[in-house]
Amino acid sequence: MYWKEFMHQCSEIGIGSLGIVVIISIFMGAVSALQTAYQLVSPFIPLSTIAQIVRDTVILEFAPTLVCIVLAGVVGSKIAGELGNMRVSEQIDALEIMGINTKTYLILPKILAAMVMIPLLVIIAGVLGIWGGRIASVASGILSASTYDKGLLQYFQPYNVFFALVKSYTFAFIISSIPAYYGYYVKGGALEIGRASTKSVVVSCVMILFADYILAQLLLSSPSA
Amino acid sequence: MIEVKNIRKGFGEKIVIDDVSAVMQTGKCNLIIGSSGSGKTVLMKCIVGLLIPDNGEIHYGGKNFLTMNDEERKELRQQIGMLFQGSALFDSMTVEQNIMFPLDMFTTNTYSEKLKRVNEALERVNLVDVNKKYPAEISGGMKKRVGIARAIVLNPKYLFCDEPNSGLDPQTSLLIDKLIKEITTEYNITTVVNTHDMNSVMEIGDHIIYMYQGLKEWEGSNKEIIFSKNEKLNQFIFASEFLQDAKDMRMLEQTGKIDNNRNMDEMIK
Repeated sequence: MYWKEFMHQCSEIGIGSLGIVVIISIFMGAVSALQTAYQLVSPFIPLSTIAQIVRDTVILEFAPTLVCIVLAGVVGSKIAGELGNMRVSEQIDALEIMGINTKTYLILPKILAAMVMIPLLVIIAGVLGIWGGRIASVASGILSASTYDKGLLQYFQPYNVFFALVKSYTFAFIISSIPAYYGYYVKGGALEIGRASTKSVVVSCVMILFADYILAQLLLSSPSA
Repeated sequence: MIEVKNIRKGFGEKIVIDDVSAVMQTGKCNLIIGSSGSGKTVLMKCIVGLLIPDNGEIHYGGKNFLTMNDEERKELRQQIGMLFQGSALFDSMTVEQNIMFPLDMFTTNTYSEKLKRVNEALERVNLVDVNKKYPAEISGGMKKRVGIARAIVLNPKYLFCDEPNSGLDPQTSLLIDKLIKEITTEYNITTVVNTHDMNSVMEIGDHIIYMYQGLKEWEGSNKEIIFSKNEKLNQFIFASEFLQDAKDMRMLEQTGKIDNNRNMDEMIK
């Protein structure tokens, strides 16, 4: 049953959020490419630099942070709402009466599923963001596809991908655990469920930004970076 | 049998139930009645373990629930079925999945064995062709019956019903009461019903505990309750003038002195 619930949550979090992640990522990369090109006016900077900047911005910040902030809204509100409704309608009490550990059955699969699916979504977002930048760059005639591809390979640091994954795991925990807490301990009725859901999204977003800063400080200012 | 000894529970400064003791008898419908805020829901939540009392003991078959270890509690909880006020069916599951859920969690039966047991439970509560429906697609009375089916699917020793008739029409309420009574007798289980519905009290109240402001005010059966001299209980039972008149008439009938000036037609008017 726990495995079944875990797989169900993987589907809900992963497949359920895939559409919005795809749309955001492509446009995020495309806009990033166009705005970088707009700002790089010096003829001394090679055009391939645009691709480098898009690649690093997407990998370091846009894919993990921006996507996770959106997921905090999509996934977080769903988790808080679902658990809040279960609490208010006594479904959690019903599980407890049956002798089921409700935290293990309801919360743990959500956190584990988020820890598995959100890093995958971030990887997809990174790839699609860079691809979106390529499409926009080529379509608007800023640079050719070959120049973009050449720029992507220049000065690539695999450590950046590691950093993005560390961020995505951290954010996945925040996105799933904070709304689960607010939803699980909700008291009252429908109004309180809505409030708990909103509060959980706000707190998750603030915590993501805070964790983003801490991780950048810890991992990007270290000698290995 | 469930024995409750000197239970006390408060929230902050407010004491909600104070020094309540009672014995819930096996094979009988034990009713906890009282007006809103009298502490009957808190008492039931303490008995089933959803709330931990500040003081007192709760014995299930002679074993104190409050001193049991996790394993013993888990084992005991598999012998408890509960029908909630709002039915508490899992929204994301069909009726069949709802009833099968305890079997999935606590048995190693095959799917066909579990399905057979689910259908038996559904048949017992007189429900057919609802297996694949979601809770949102069935009526309030049907939800209660599904709740009962889920509660009895593991053949429990103890059945708890929290306001089983709330939100139901009088006819459906009678059906649910009848079902609870039949199941209690048939499976010889200890049933505890939390209600303030006087119809239920008269229909199924083998053993009644009346709660008033957190205290056990009266204890007896449905045969005794009408003739009780307890003032607070009488105020609760005969809240309407119609019921008071009905009581007066019955008492007059019993003494053989029917007051012809106060017949039923007059009372209804």
